[in-house]
Amino acid sequence: MAAGADGRMPMGAQDTTDIKLTAVSVHGARLGFGQRKLWDGLELDIAPGEFLAVLGANGSGKTSFLKVLLGLLPLDSGTVTIGGELARRGHRAIGYVPQQRHFTEDTPLRARDLVGLGIDGHKWGIRLRGRAHRKRVDELLGEVGAGSYAKIPVGMLSGGEQQRLRIAQALASDPKVLLCDEPLLSLDLNHQKAVSALVGKQAKEHGTAVVFVTHEINPILEHVDRVLYLAGGRFTIGTPEQVMTTEVLSALYGTRVEVLHSNGRIVVVGMPEAVMDGHLEGTPGSEEGHAA
Amino acid sequence: MNWTDFTSAVFNFTDYGELLPLFRDSLLAGAILGLVGGLIGTFVMMRDLAFAVHGIAELSFAGAAFALLIGADVIFGSLVGSVVAALLLGVMGVRAREKNSVIGVIMPFGLGLGILFLSLYQGRAANKFGLLTGQIVSVDSTALSVLALTALVVVVGLVLIWRPLTFASVDPDIATARGIPVRALSLAFMFLLGISVALSIQVVGALLVLALLITPAAAALQVSAAPRMVVLLSVSFAMVATVGGILLALGGRIPISPYVTTLSFLIYVIARVVGTVRRRRGWSVRTAA
Repeated sequence: MAAGADGRMPMGAQDTTDIKLTAVSVHGARLGFGQRKLWDGLELDIAPGEFLAVLGANGSGKTSFLKVLLGLLPLDSGTVTIGGELARRGHRAIGYVPQQRHFTEDTPLRARDLVGLGIDGHKWGIRLRGRAHRKRVDELLGEVGAGSYAKIPVGMLSGGEQQRLRIAQALASDPKVLLCDEPLLSLDLNHQKAVSALVGKQAKEHGTAVVFVTHEINPILEHVDRVLYLAGGRFTIGTPEQVMTTEVLSALYGTRVEVLHSNGRIVVVGMPEAVMDGHLEGTPGSEEGHAA
Repeated sequence: MNWTDFTSAVFNFTDYGELLPLFRDSLLAGAILGLVGGLIGTFVMMRDLAFAVHGIAELSFAGAAFALLIGADVIFGSLVGSVVAALLLGVMGVRAREKNSVIGVIMPFGLGLGILFLSLYQGRAANKFGLLTGQIVSVDSTALSVLALTALVVVVGLVLIWRPLTFASVDPDIATARGIPVRALSLAFMFLLGISVALSIQVVGALLVLALLITPAAAALQVSAAPRMVVLLSVSFAMVATVGGILLALGGRIPISPYVTTLSFLIYVIARVVGTVRRRRGWSVRTAA
């Protein structure tokens, strides 16, 4: 990772208060694998409380972007700072919400234990002082409305319930930044709405910056402030209204892409890869192009 | 063999009161092994390593057989064999599928080596058989202190890495994102597992190690998902199986392993029934919020 002493200064740095005001700063970032460039010259400041959606086809580098923020993947060049500090593994200012994952029924964790891991799961030894811990777990469960299934084994919970717990777990360290990696995947529509509302609330009410990687913008559209759209080694940043247009996405993909708006939903048609951002209901997502 | 012969071979409690004090050390050894097996077993289940335990046991057997052949200490041989096997698995198999195929390759090789060493060995046949099926009812006090010391290493080691190991076991992706050294923990755990396998082999033998390292934890997971409760039950089940098995075996003529494995199995069956009833009654009922 190229990290000069001046790496902390935003481009065209005004004064130091700027750094404190940004939750995440990405400057001159380049990442590629071998010959393939994912993105280059990426400039992005995310303010506290801002909700950023990261969109793009499979393989466009969405997940890699998250990994860079998590400090799991070094940049080829450029810098990333989280809350003014260079990104590193296990940064306490970051909460991470992953894709829903299947727990087997004999996983020895109840809902509250999963949340508890977010509080002190990284510490050595065994937990000794239980009371304060239990209180904090109850608070977190309450925040995401998961109190009613606190003692149920995680393997017996639905995907939506699990994702609420994931959010509670991620919030345990009072993060400045919440990184979400396709957390709505394989959830039904109601749960998608509920989970994105929770994340949106966290951004609005607690000033947590949100980076939300998704292949589908519609369930989170009402919460999104800005979009980072990645495609074929290029990117565009702007509000959903600016980015999700026929002109911008066509220019980004280098081929004619149609962006349709219907009932407050955004549908992208004719993308070069087989993955679509907001596929039409009842249209298989894998079907290419001419869905409309 | 008629029925009376059979029962007197399996259950014989004449002179029980006089026998009992003689086996004090064995009972202690059983209790220690129960503690180790029950503790490490919960992580074996969490990390889905049942097959690995079996593979490690076969290499441990090979190590013990080699030690027997060259006249070295058998326990030391089995310890070296299982720790090497465990670390090898830890280094080679990262993903579950990969791990299973590596075990499938290593296990028959270890067993074959063990058989080779045993057939070259000219000593007492009972020693040979004992490695596979378990034998050691009479533990002398030196062996007991070695056992206790090794067990202490495992227990202390586990307690030290308990929380991050739990995190890394149930949720490796998040644990990695949180900066937990998942891979180092995995290796540390495999090391402790190797030691535990070598210890258990002394009581139940290489073929029956699973009864001590898997069955009690699996039974505990049937009836509870609360982490502390699972550990408590797993340890109790393992202790009941080992200590109970030794107590039952005292008077009879057969090795203790059938008693231990049968008790262990019965506990599992009961736990399974209890678990099923609990599920039917609605384990996952949400409380009114």
